[in-house]
Amino acid sequence: MAMVQPRNLKYRVWATRIFLILFILMIMLPFLMIISVSFRTGNFATGSLIPENPTLEHWSLAFGIPWTNADGSISLPPFPVLTWLWNSIKIAVISSTLILMLSTTGAYAFARFRFRFREHMLTAMMIFQMFPAVLALVAIYSIFNTLGNYVPWLGLDTHGAVVIASLGGVTLHIWLIKGYFESIDGSLEEAAAIDGATPWQAFRYVLLPLSVPILAVVFILAFIASVGEYPVASVLLQDVDKLTLAVGSRQYLNPQNYLWGDFAAASVLSGLPITLVFLLSQRWIVGGLTAGGVKG
Amino acid sequence: MSDVVLGSGTNRIGNGLKWALVAAINLLLLYGVTLMYAQGEMAFALLVLIITATANWVFLSSKAYSYRYVFPALVGVLVFVVFPLIYTVNIAFTNYSSTNLLSLQRVKEIHLAKTYETGGGSYGFSLYQNGESYQLNLQGKGDNKHSYTTEDFYLMGAEGLDAIQVTTLDDSSQPVGDKLAIKELIKLRQGLKKVQITLPDGTGLAMTGLRSFGAIAPVYLAGDNDTLIDSRSSAVLTPDHTTGFYIDERGERLSPGFTVYTGWDNFIRVTTDEGVQEPFLKIFVWTVSFSALTVVFTLAVGLLMACLMQWEPLKGNGVYRLFLILPYAVPAFISILIFRGLFNQNFGEINMVLNALFGLRPEWFSDEGLARSMLLIVNTWLGYPYMMILCMGLLKAIPDDLYEASAIDGAGPVDNLMRITLPMIIKPLTSLLIASFAFNFNNFVLVELLTGGGPDMIGATTPAGSTDLLVSYTYRIAFGQYGQDFGLASAIATIIFLMVGVISWLNLRATKKLQES
Repeated sequence: MAMVQPRNLKYRVWATRIFLILFILMIMLPFLMIISVSFRTGNFATGSLIPENPTLEHWSLAFGIPWTNADGSISLPPFPVLTWLWNSIKIAVISSTLILMLSTTGAYAFARFRFRFREHMLTAMMIFQMFPAVLALVAIYSIFNTLGNYVPWLGLDTHGAVVIASLGGVTLHIWLIKGYFESIDGSLEEAAAIDGATPWQAFRYVLLPLSVPILAVVFILAFIASVGEYPVASVLLQDVDKLTLAVGSRQYLNPQNYLWGDFAAASVLSGLPITLVFLLSQRWIVGGLTAGGVKG
Repeated sequence: MSDVVLGSGTNRIGNGLKWALVAAINLLLLYGVTLMYAQGEMAFALLVLIITATANWVFLSSKAYSYRYVFPALVGVLVFVVFPLIYTVNIAFTNYSSTNLLSLQRVKEIHLAKTYETGGGSYGFSLYQNGESYQLNLQGKGDNKHSYTTEDFYLMGAEGLDAIQVTTLDDSSQPVGDKLAIKELIKLRQGLKKVQITLPDGTGLAMTGLRSFGAIAPVYLAGDNDTLIDSRSSAVLTPDHTTGFYIDERGERLSPGFTVYTGWDNFIRVTTDEGVQEPFLKIFVWTVSFSALTVVFTLAVGLLMACLMQWEPLKGNGVYRLFLILPYAVPAFISILIFRGLFNQNFGEINMVLNALFGLRPEWFSDEGLARSMLLIVNTWLGYPYMMILCMGLLKAIPDDLYEASAIDGAGPVDNLMRITLPMIIKPLTSLLIASFAFNFNNFVLVELLTGGGPDMIGATTPAGSTDLLVSYTYRIAFGQYGQDFGLASAIATIIFLMVGVISWLNLRATKKLQES
């Protein structure tokens, strides 16, 4: 608590609180509206924030259950939302695991060994991290087109391709983990080496157990990046049942077929688990972000 | 330490197994390289060869021990970042596009496979099915009284084939199995179209209609030096290696074309062709202002919120913080699509509120200025929590006594901000701000999902919109609905690569300066 306080502190605190609450309400408005829309009847329904005639129509469709309308007709689910969610989670878990494995071993070498071109590689990786994949989509497309001729499960329209394509994004994570490794004193590993441990054993049994927090941060960051990845997946995946959530959700708001209500329920349903993962892990992510600079 | 991978102290059998495994993997990869080379995919063959060779050195030589840990990650970066980069720059110098998609060899094959009806006889047919195999029975039409029965052939698994070659049996044989109705024929149409029958006299027959087979002959015959000879007029078509098309004596082009190197043509188009240059410049200016304004807005809101969060008299700010972070926690693609719906002109909630309050119904998606403001509003909403998180971390590092001293001197909040807070955090913030600028410079997802680039610019020969960023513009040229011009897209991508390169170099210098001071 600061020792010198202005006299009108009390009013200022109240004014700030009111301002903050108003600001948060404004920020939250889109979320409140989308929840409200998901309970309204029909796809073009307008009305107050609390729906007058709440219906579970859109929620039922989002869960893939056909809905019987009041006039007896049956609406079928427009898109397989749960399949998309599952695809997204599956791809994200596998690719984050692979990214974690590649970047930890890489970061270990960069943090602990001295070898030729070490500095150059680090600088080059820092620069390459800035080039967006969108610009090289033509090349990425033809890589997987070619790869598919030799390894079918890595070809176009496969989840394997999307997983493998994400491996280019390890550079930032290498920097993050390297920074953490360097903050750990090397004397423990040296002690292990004197006892006859190979560098691999020192890494696996001494350093890794000490680095669980940063590994969790990298996994979560990679997971979130993978779930939100749009351009590469949109070019590689075509089949409706194979799409990820990021690519598929867009189809709800097609100008020719505007399913606003169905989209609302589907987006709340699919956005919720991912948001929860983020909020539960935000404490650690905040630390990781200040060290790096990922998104924004 | 040197022989960890080969295993120190392992027995001979283990060692032998390892060598066998290494040899097997190498053989497999080299086989792949040979296949790619045989298919004419030089770039890919070279890439795999380089990776195989370095992998061998890294994992077998004890000198390369440190590289073993870095290698897998570096291969990832090499294959999915560096190689696409080089590949894209390479495409920028070609005319690779939906009209010039294939290599000369493939285009030649396509032309050679073209056939026409010679009028040398037409046959009605009936199809007989016997298990999985089929037979055709041909009956000559008109004066032609010949009838033929073909050998057995299969339609299953023929999807990948260009043609199914079938010969006829001797005159006396009759087809076996059930005769199929026209309904079944329609189902099998795609497979039947591939059937090519050779009659005993050497005439080729192919399906010419749902009920008939007719005599056909190839339109083109192969000449010397990749030329084609029109079998009807005996005109010679030569491949033009500057435009990438086969042309006849009068210069008429024959589609499809093939991919050729066109030098700086694509870059010249970007700089001189008015239909490309004008939108390119406009989009460039908008991209820079969009990124700069986003950084300014998100920083302003984020810094304000961070200061409020750090203000001690505010208790219970954990809850505030949770709510303030929420726009960052929800996946961006969902929030952007939510905004797309909310801003909808006719039944979006935002226009309903504006209509109720002021009687306004702004056309968010068809007016240039409004569309751009919408993009900035949404992006500020999406981006301020990130700035807030960064600023909160930096504000913690400012010692409290500075504010104590300023309070004693009677300074207000604005003085505090301008004279203490900003000068203290601006240095470490610079490189993060440049990174944020670079991110928004390439903020493809926002534009693609919110406006799709629209409203469209008038007078552009390429698909260009007023909210397009350079990346989404490139994406639309390469993967848009109207003709896919990969060459031009790659040329623009190359220009963006250079710009991004400059930005990252600036960032690196900013970071280095920071570390030195």
